[in-house]
Amino acid sequence: VKVNVRFFALYRERAGINEMYLELIEGSTVSAALDKIRECFPTLAPPMSHIVTAVNTAYVEDDRFLCDGDELVLIPPVSGGGD
Amino acid sequence: LIELAYGPLVPDQVTAKVRLDRNGAVVTFLGTTRKISDGRQVLYLEYEAYPEMAVNKLEEIRLEVKERWGTEDVAIAHRLGRLEIEEISLVVAVASPHRKEAFLACQYIVDRIKEMVPIWKKEVFQGGGYHWVACEAH
Repeated sequence: VKVNVRFFALYRERAGINEMYLELIEGSTVSAALDKIRECFPTLAPPMSHIVTAVNTAYVEDDRFLCDGDELVLIPPVSGGGD
Repeated sequence: LIELAYGPLVPDQVTAKVRLDRNGAVVTFLGTTRKISDGRQVLYLEYEAYPEMAVNKLEEIRLEVKERWGTEDVAIAHRLGRLEIEEISLVVAVASPHRKEAFLACQYIVDRIKEMVPIWKKEVFQGGGYHWVACEAH
């Protein structure tokens, strides 16, 4: 399945991009997608931290299955900074 | 009216959407940009939204208050982009036949916006540095 991933605010800055396409094996979940995304951007979030996500503008749990053409968005936490 | 705007918000234009003849009360909330945050001087702010979802969530909130208090006339305008200090970042206007429902619904809407609408603000400090905080006006 191919999904479009979008980044906003803190995550957009940390990833250095607004969006990316991600190809996953059939039957992949949000959790699997997040693992790949974290691999691409190790500094996106602390290793064991939870990343809130939305698929097609609705908040979802990590076990949500992804379908072709889904839009996966990483929703940044309340606070974080930079100098 | 539900709107995300890159230009200055005009509260009168927002309240005009709900100031209808069936209503006897309009409660308007303005969120404004603060100069001091956590003891630091803020130079300017940047608001960023996931716009499609933000609009959907604002619609959801509008339905919630309609169900709870029967308030049919709600207008919400949120500013995005760069804002200077003392500008208006959020306008929420609620009108109802009697004041009680309008007060309750307005407060509820502002609280819910902060909870669930994907809009973030970056406070850029004087002398360098910044941090991201969740929306909205406290």
